[in-house]
Amino acid sequence: MAAVDQRRSKGASFLLHATLIVASTIAVFPVLWILASSFKPANRIRSSEIKFIDQPTLENYRAVLTETEFPVWFMNSVVTAAFTMLFGVFMAASAGYALSRFNFPGRRSLMWTFLITQMFPVAILIVPIYTIMANLGLINTLTSLVIAYCTVAVPFCTWMLKGYFDTIPRELDEAAALDGLGPFQTFYRVILPLARPGLAVTMFYTFLTAWSEIAYATAFLQTKDKFTLGYGLQTFVPQFNQRWEYLTPSAILVLIPAALIFMYAQRHLVSGLAAGATKG
Amino acid sequence: MSIDTGTPPPPAPAKRSRLKDTAEKHWYAWAMVLPVVLVLGVLVLYPLARGIYLSFTDLNESNQREEICTKTLGGDEVCEPNPDAAGFVGLQNYVDIITGERGEFWLQLGNTLVWTAACVLFHYALGLGLAVLLNRHVRGRSIYRVLLIVPWAVPAFIAAFAWKFIFNERNGLANVLLKSVGLEPVQWFAERWSSLFTAIVANIWIGVPFMMVALLGGLQSISADLYEAAEMDGATAWQRFVNVTLPGLRPVSATVILLGTIWTFNMFPIIFLVTEGQPAGQTEILVTGSFRYAFEGIRQYALASAYGILILSMLVVFAVAYRKALSRQGEVW
Repeated sequence: MAAVDQRRSKGASFLLHATLIVASTIAVFPVLWILASSFKPANRIRSSEIKFIDQPTLENYRAVLTETEFPVWFMNSVVTAAFTMLFGVFMAASAGYALSRFNFPGRRSLMWTFLITQMFPVAILIVPIYTIMANLGLINTLTSLVIAYCTVAVPFCTWMLKGYFDTIPRELDEAAALDGLGPFQTFYRVILPLARPGLAVTMFYTFLTAWSEIAYATAFLQTKDKFTLGYGLQTFVPQFNQRWEYLTPSAILVLIPAALIFMYAQRHLVSGLAAGATKG
Repeated sequence: MSIDTGTPPPPAPAKRSRLKDTAEKHWYAWAMVLPVVLVLGVLVLYPLARGIYLSFTDLNESNQREEICTKTLGGDEVCEPNPDAAGFVGLQNYVDIITGERGEFWLQLGNTLVWTAACVLFHYALGLGLAVLLNRHVRGRSIYRVLLIVPWAVPAFIAAFAWKFIFNERNGLANVLLKSVGLEPVQWFAERWSSLFTAIVANIWIGVPFMMVALLGGLQSISADLYEAAEMDGATAWQRFVNVTLPGLRPVSATVILLGTIWTFNMFPIIFLVTEGQPAGQTEILVTGSFRYAFEGIRQYALASAYGILILSMLVVFAVAYRKALSRQGEVW
């Protein structure tokens, strides 16, 4: 479309950039506003003047890291998300491969199950899983969260990995078979090592989903020492006496690792999802 | 999202040997999917079945114990079956929901429909607009692209807090801005529609990047020859957009609109954190409403389960109807 571009008038070019700049500003503004506020003293956060930088201080960060349970919640979230991620990928890898390579009875219904689980509202599993966890005495544990997150993570990982395995040429499997490898050896020794980028991206996304989850965490956790970030941060801003001077720095500290992981992985997500969706 | 039908196994003379053949041929595939099937069975299907069962009972916080245990003088415990234990009540929960006896189903359904329609419409329109702009040769395109996907990288609950902060009634940025241009500050959460408006703004902000990236992928797969041919025929920019771009995007659009609708319908954190249902539960959507019935106040587990079943049924019906409508138009999908 280079020919089209050369004809673009100065006015059109200005409009194009103006639109993109306005849109980009809106896209980053709420994050910048939280970031700017996190450096303001508490009384300046409540001020009704619009100032981006106002008596900047690191006091809020110090307070959140030393005077609140934020570090505990952060660790709880890391542990929960990490176990969900490992369990999800570990369970899903071989199934993703089988769904990508073999036509077996039950394959079609399995694929449909994955699709339908993506439609499940939080509301449908949370009550039964809660009652099961209560019977098992697992309420208020991180284990119960990992188990609940796996209901989403396992089908999602299978779907993503199937999409990735689809992009690895089948000729490799055939070559491995000619060399006398059985299907399991082909999978573990030939295909799985090649699928490392796909595994990494899938793991990152599973991690992020668990990192950002709040419904199960709010329902299952009861004591402050067990909270994850998704629940803990809510306690900073109850209906009355909202402590935005705690919330803003915590939000930034939660966001930074998530955004870094996301930016690394995002290029592969859409193609992975699309591949899983279209190649059957 | 097409799914291959498995090729049927070759016909065999006797049923038993056919079963055996199938097992011999496919045992390794089955072994490979076994872990996932077990996880799905234990973690999804069993709770789902239990949820369906619960929706036909009257289980709540006060009648959940099956036995009542009392300590005797000697220190022993004597347990008796709880006479008021939860039991089977047939369709009572569903009747109560539909007639409005318990819960606010119709209000929440209305909110959910407005919420879903508004969000998906703006997600798609803004995502498409930005994708078209980014698909041109613009200086700084990769910088714009990174900036524009920032909202996607932010965990949804953090985004919810950011917008709650901006719409704070006392000194949030939105009201400060209104005051600075001489307007009255708005009590955002005092009224149903202004409260819902804040949540919709927040969710539009979150959801545009996904649409943009997906549609950008779709745009890049449209052959440049088509545009050249259209131009040779003297088509204007608008005509090219309507007759080349939009039809070329149809497969991607069909998928992302379906996904977007399902995701928005089920979107929990934004309403839950931004409006918190204010004023007085009037801005709850179905998923947040059922969560509050299950875990706030007197916990009505059975009612919440029935909500879950209703929500899933609506989504399944919608997805099936959507696919039918597309295939009637000759879409291969």
